[in-house]
Amino acid sequence: MEGDIVQMGAYIGAGLACTGMGGAAVGVGHVVGNFLSGALRNPSAAGGQTATMFIGIAFSEALGIFSFLVALLLMFAV
Amino acid sequence: MATETTAAAEGHVSPLALEEAGKCVDSHGGAIGMPQLCGDWMGNQIFWLVVTLIVIYFVLSRIALPRIAAVLAERQGTITNDLAAAEDLKVKAVEAEEAYNKALADARAEAQNIVAATKAEIKGEIDDAIAKADAEISAKAAEGEAKIAEIRAGAMEAVKTVAKDTAKEIVAAMGGKADAKTVTAAITARMKG
Amino acid sequence: MATDTHGAEGKGLELVFHPMDQFIVKPLFGDGGVGTFTITNVTLWMALTVLAIVALLVLGTSGRSTVPSRVQSIAELAYGFIRKMVEDVAGKDALPYFPYIMTLFIFIVFSNFLGLLPGAFTTTSHIAVTAVMAMAVFLAVTILGFVKNGFGFLSVFWISSAPLPLRPILALIEVISYFVRPVSHSIRLAGNMMAGHAVIKVFAAFAPMVLISTGIGLLVTPLSIIAITAIYALEVLVAFIQAYVFTILTCVYLKDALHPHH
Repeated sequence: MEGDIVQMGAYIGAGLACTGMGGAAVGVGHVVGNFLSGALRNPSAAGGQTATMFIGIAFSEALGIFSFLVALLLMFAV
Repeated sequence: MATETTAAAEGHVSPLALEEAGKCVDSHGGAIGMPQLCGDWMGNQIFWLVVTLIVIYFVLSRIALPRIAAVLAERQGTITNDLAAAEDLKVKAVEAEEAYNKALADARAEAQNIVAATKAEIKGEIDDAIAKADAEISAKAAEGEAKIAEIRAGAMEAVKTVAKDTAKEIVAAMGGKADAKTVTAAITARMKG
Repeated sequence: MATDTHGAEGKGLELVFHPMDQFIVKPLFGDGGVGTFTITNVTLWMALTVLAIVALLVLGTSGRSTVPSRVQSIAELAYGFIRKMVEDVAGKDALPYFPYIMTLFIFIVFSNFLGLLPGAFTTTSHIAVTAVMAMAVFLAVTILGFVKNGFGFLSVFWISSAPLPLRPILALIEVISYFVRPVSHSIRLAGNMMAGHAVIKVFAAFAPMVLISTGIGLLVTPLSIIAITAIYALEVLVAFIQAYVFTILTCVYLKDALHPHH
């Protein structure tokens, strides 16, 4: 019985943790959207900044991956 | 987890508990929990990773990277040489064109010189001929005029003589005696008039 | 749960396989345990990675031709790509470290792509592997920073362009973020690879639904097959981007070590 409750808590927690991935999606969209609007204003400067954009994407996406990881840990490791 | 023992007794065993007990797979060979967290396998992975990275590093730094760098440098050199050669050829072509243009201009100037000289020569000749002809013509004209004057003078004399004779005859026929001097004077006066 | 799944023969609607089974390390020969020097599927796929790298970068360029073949131009492209990245991000004086960065990049990108083959084992999906690389980068960069700049390297935490009262707080934040670097650096790569592969496996478990229940199956099976295809395409992109991101972050950290003054 107690194990079932623990398991239920783990599954609920995993679902809650997955909401963090939505935030990462919003963040990545923000990064790329702002990059694009800047790039369309000044296309000549855009080429040199793609690396910066990817670093930004990586940072915001990593947080989504962390929340996914928490979900996986709750699902499979607890 | 505080409830491990009870949970195990009830059939639910925490994967973490099993992993702590050194088990990463169940009796069927399936995964328990996350295989990434299984401590037993980490040594093996790290060992082979280090071996792999060292092998890759030596392959890259001893063989691959110098070779690619050499190929790229060689290509750069070839391109630079070709560009320089093309530049040389271009300069040569420009020089050849200049020489051609110069030769053309020279030839043209020479031709013009020749034309001018010939023209001057011909003009001189023509002038000479014209002058000669003019001289001849004027000489002939003078001669003709002299002749005409002579003829005219001759004719005047003849007319005078004829007129004198005629006047004498007429006077004689009228019965007068013609004074030669008077007749001559009268005739001369008439002729002048 | 894993234990339930494998104990559930005959129960009907259950996952046929566990989505995490693909990450299990097992010995290639025999049934014994996994010791440090055991030849396992990790060994196999890392060896395949090395072979693929040798095929591309050594055999592919053996022609040394001025007008490159297809394979040779891919090798030259990879070389130029990483070299330009190191030069642009970390500066010209980072070029001596180019072979190390190239080693990391080429290993990660080949592991990621080989892991996408059906049935393959993805070595970079294991936190042990990526953590070793991230720690190696972290330690190398830190030691290099102190060797090159002495204690001047600590100015990387002291942002001189900020107003003076803010600087201690910023310095604290900088120190924390500096030590979190290897964690995020390694978990980003491993998490991305594991997430994609696990999601593909989850959809793959739904794909044979039509065999179990025709009604729901007719809806679920095509959907999950389409989803597998779409996620696979995304994973091909992610496989490259994560290798790129790992490499470019290495370059950024290297830049901090070589030029600590912001």
